[in-house]
Amino acid sequence: MIVVAGLDVGSGGTKCVLMDSSRKVLSRAAVRTRANFEEVAREAFEEAAAGAGLKTGDVAYVATTGLGRYSISFRDVQITDITCGARGAWFLFPATKFVLDIGAQSTRAIRLQEGGRVREFHCNEKCAAGSGGFLERAARYLEVPVADIGALSAGAPSAQPISSVCAVLAETEIINHVSDGATPDRILRGVHESLADRALGLLKRVGYDGGLTLIGGVARQEGMVQAARLKLGAGVNVPDHPHFACALGACLLAFQRLARRHPETGATIGRTA
Amino acid sequence: MIYGGGVDVGSTQTKAVLIDGARAIVGRGLIETGANVTRAAQRCFEAAALAAGLEPRRVSCVVGTGYGRYKVTFGDVQVTEITCHARGAHFLFPETRTVIDIGGQDTKAIKVGKSGEVIDFSMNDKCAAGTGRFFSAAADVLGMKLDEIGAVALRGRDPVRLTSVCTVFVESDIMGYLAQGKKPEDVLAGVHRAIATRTVSLVRRVGLEPEITFTGGVARNVGMVAALEEKLGSRPNVSPDAHFMGAIGAALLAVERAEAGAVAKPEAVQLRGWEDGR
Repeated sequence: MIVVAGLDVGSGGTKCVLMDSSRKVLSRAAVRTRANFEEVAREAFEEAAAGAGLKTGDVAYVATTGLGRYSISFRDVQITDITCGARGAWFLFPATKFVLDIGAQSTRAIRLQEGGRVREFHCNEKCAAGSGGFLERAARYLEVPVADIGALSAGAPSAQPISSVCAVLAETEIINHVSDGATPDRILRGVHESLADRALGLLKRVGYDGGLTLIGGVARQEGMVQAARLKLGAGVNVPDHPHFACALGACLLAFQRLARRHPETGATIGRTA
Repeated sequence: MIYGGGVDVGSTQTKAVLIDGARAIVGRGLIETGANVTRAAQRCFEAAALAAGLEPRRVSCVVGTGYGRYKVTFGDVQVTEITCHARGAHFLFPETRTVIDIGGQDTKAIKVGKSGEVIDFSMNDKCAAGTGRFFSAAADVLGMKLDEIGAVALRGRDPVRLTSVCTVFVESDIMGYLAQGKKPEDVLAGVHRAIATRTVSLVRRVGLEPEITFTGGVARNVGMVAALEEKLGSRPNVSPDAHFMGAIGAALLAVERAEAGAVAKPEAVQLRGWEDGR
């Protein structure tokens, strides 16, 4: 059985998925991204291999994606996170028409065409507004651990609306809300709703009309999922491991490339490195 | 002698200026705005009066400006900072036709007429890039003081190229460049250059007619003045009172109002809300 790896080197986390040729996920590993992308990627790769009871040498093909995809010397191919996110979301929810990927530094709205391929997309990559960085900063001002953001926001009785778009200027606004007596849960809920509003703007630019799958690290937060279902439609799909969706897509695309290279078997090749 | 006061309540600092009937600046006050905006405005005004050796009630008219102008409860009138910066810049540099005002949280470009009136303006208060907040964040990452980064940037010979001017991303970009072994002066030169490019594109929306006067707290950053000069092709006017420009404009308007008899006789002036706000 051929095993491939999808390695998603993001600005916040580096995620690795191992998949076999029956398209079954064998293992997942996530490591916090540091300055040395190669080192972090190797760590995630080794952890995922160990999780599947394999050695990294048993992996036939490595597809990298994400911000750091070009920095990984042991890759066989690099693929954009847009293509991988689209493919991963479509694999998990075949009815997906649009994908929203909210990462640590950027948010992407993708419109799919048949076969889980990308028709068009829009990113906010030059600005932290509407990305996970906004949430991290808000949590820092509120002295709330990042891990608690999702549950706090989900349990909030109502949202404290946040009008500042800029993640930095929102700091002053949040401090004012705190001094006016707003509680952290309501403020975080307001930040999640603000992210969902920003996302709607991006999605509209690619012709959004429903059928959305939400992926990326921020989708792990229950409050974000609720805000997305409120602002973007009750039927928004969210996978169990939304932050691994791009790495999963990279695995699927890796098999596609292998099959193209060896159409008869797809099963006879090993690593050439 | 008639005295007019201008209090400019900015997002970061509050500035007060007193001007007499001969149009001489007789006192200045500068304090951090902090959480209690009304109190900051009062203390700043008192500081300016003290510097001028005047009783606060001798000031016939007070004009409040800046984002917190409605919190200047003892003020007689509120005027936008756009009008005040235009007036202040025209007062110090009479040939000013364009004002670039960069404060703690926003950037403005103002097109000014021959008598200091506002013809048009463009403003960015949606994004912190290039504002005082941006430079504070950059200074923090480098472990420097805000007032030293401009001079360090001037020493840069090989400016880095930034991929984004978002304050959040610039923090990580700076750390990335330092990790690659880039010198702080080259990183800062790149940061100032990127911000100057962005600022000039905002100014283009109202035109780039000379003379250009640079006001606001960021005008005290010598690196930013130099970067703007490079992009504009000529050196903008920068007064040592650049960060007081809004308060100067407000004080000028206050003196005019007092001279026009638009306020009560000086001895009868009650500084409204002065006592209960303390």
